[in-house]
Amino acid sequence: MSKELIRLQNLTMEFDGERILDGINLYINDHEFLTLLGPSGCGKSTTLRIIGGFLTPTDGNVLFDGERINDVPAYRRQINTVFQRYALFPHLDVYDNIAFGLRVAKVPKDEIHERVTRMLEVVSLRGYENRKINALSGGQQQRVAIARALVNEPKVLLLDEPLGALDLRLRKDMQNELKRIQQATGITFIYVTHDQEEALSMSDTIVVMNKGRIQQIGKPEDIYNEPKNAFVADFIGESNILDGVMLSDYRVRFFGKTFPCVDKGFEPSEPVDVVIRPEDIDIVPPAEGSLTGTVASVTFKGLNYDIIVEVKGFKWLIQTTDFHPVGAVIGIRLNPEDIHIMHKSEYSGQFGDYSSYSAEYDELTEDAGDEEE
Amino acid sequence: MKKNNSVLLSTPYLIWMVAFTLIPLCVVGFYALTDPATGKFTFDNLKNLDAYLPVFWQSVAYSVVSAFICLLMGYPVAYFIAHQKPVAQKFLYMLVMLPMCMSFLLRTLAWVGLLQDTGIINTFLGRLGIGPISMIRTPGAVVLGMVYNYLPYMILPLYSTLVKIDHRLVEAAEDLGCNGAKVFSKVIFPLSLPGIVTGITMVFVPAVSTFYISQKLGGTETVLIGDVIERQFKQGNNPNLGAALSLVLMLLVFVCTGIMNRFAGDDEEGGVIV
Repeated sequence: MSKELIRLQNLTMEFDGERILDGINLYINDHEFLTLLGPSGCGKSTTLRIIGGFLTPTDGNVLFDGERINDVPAYRRQINTVFQRYALFPHLDVYDNIAFGLRVAKVPKDEIHERVTRMLEVVSLRGYENRKINALSGGQQQRVAIARALVNEPKVLLLDEPLGALDLRLRKDMQNELKRIQQATGITFIYVTHDQEEALSMSDTIVVMNKGRIQQIGKPEDIYNEPKNAFVADFIGESNILDGVMLSDYRVRFFGKTFPCVDKGFEPSEPVDVVIRPEDIDIVPPAEGSLTGTVASVTFKGLNYDIIVEVKGFKWLIQTTDFHPVGAVIGIRLNPEDIHIMHKSEYSGQFGDYSSYSAEYDELTEDAGDEEE
Repeated sequence: MKKNNSVLLSTPYLIWMVAFTLIPLCVVGFYALTDPATGKFTFDNLKNLDAYLPVFWQSVAYSVVSAFICLLMGYPVAYFIAHQKPVAQKFLYMLVMLPMCMSFLLRTLAWVGLLQDTGIINTFLGRLGIGPISMIRTPGAVVLGMVYNYLPYMILPLYSTLVKIDHRLVEAAEDLGCNGAKVFSKVIFPLSLPGIVTGITMVFVPAVSTFYISQKLGGTETVLIGDVIERQFKQGNNPNLGAALSLVLMLLVFVCTGIMNRFAGDDEEGGVIV
């Protein structure tokens, strides 16, 4: 496809003896929209700041176009950043903020005017040239921040949770807008977020991170459909994760039953994690199901019901458009392609049981709430 | 209800202000515009002012020079303090404040002891076979006294403006191609302007009206307007002329601070408008 632009080699970062990044290896192609996704504290912002030149890695290399740039200061990199909470200059108006980089680069005045005006059009802020930054709404400030970075026509644009402070509606609009700008300009975007939905809908490539390590790299569909371990399965969407044993290729056993599946290449009788997405499960009359369970709770979510079903002591999350009352006995049918098999990992047993459904939900919203520094 | 409370709470100070600011101001105005002998309304006191014009300019010149020396010395210090760890910041802040715990008069007298021909510095130089160098009663000594006494008033507002500048703005400037010098000239300096204006005002205003520093450290050629005014009240026995000079000095200070504030822009945050 396109050529490699940035490569991170065995990147390690320590602060006060604490390891924030632990051996990050990653390459980023030209024109790519790559997202670093993970919970707060996973190291995604640190990785971005190293690429931007604001941090020097403790160990490892940052290569740009094949050249090592570990010690190149931020101001000499062909990279611009859209900062978390924007970091716009409060003493300058909209026009001067956007023109800042061009003036530093001593671009002729006429050209500055032309490029700033064009950029104001791209982010739909014509007529706001002389507004003070403090007189703008969050969404407008956001767009100034994007314009201020893009006007310099960088090779790479870094975006550090740029939509975190916006409300849901505006966030959706800006997601489309950013994707459109990225495709129109062909600039490589490296995007940091903890919002899996945002990552899935915008990215060409997603890098899932946790505890300073890369968990999985792949296209959004691959990450969602073939999560590599229980952490990824749990972090991207909702997942029921069960203990199972891979009897042979295409045959997995859990809950005392053997199910056909589409995975192969495991050791005979290897213990595995079995992932079943809540939206993939079919609810059928008890007699027709391969498993039966009792509805323990029902939550209306608008698009669907989230129902918790207890099957032999394990609580499943099932998403269905049909209402089933609490206490009802239902059958569960699993199709072979809905059963995803993963090797056991350090995360096995930590995720995917909905026994404490509400607690886990709280934890997730809490994660989404605080911002990573 | 809430409004009533705030009126009630501010009453003591409002009374204070009327009694000790507003009324004295009226008294000064009254004296300035009345004849010393007859007590009749007159502009005569103000007519004599051009005789004192050189002294006014001298005072302004000394204060401006002192304020700029304070700025040049204070800015790097304030910048340094603002970029230390919080604990170190507190300690350094306290060090800057420390001299202000001692009486202004005592500190100025201490400089007399240091600078005079038989003072500590000249005694020390004498041992080395140098001097004595006459330092006291020179314009330099007056400027030194002003800088020494008012430097904290420059450092503190500068520090509080600089410490509030968001570090991400510095990163944003670097990101957009600024090296260290350009980060300073394009971001840090403009954002610290309110602090600079406040600092200069807080040095300039007390310096332009001082008489103690010039009397103790200065000589006959360093007479400032503060000295002249003091003399009208204490020796010259012409309080009407003194009041007129005070009034003009006050106007002068107002004009100067007004120009300064305009220069910084009116709606900037961080600085205290004096």
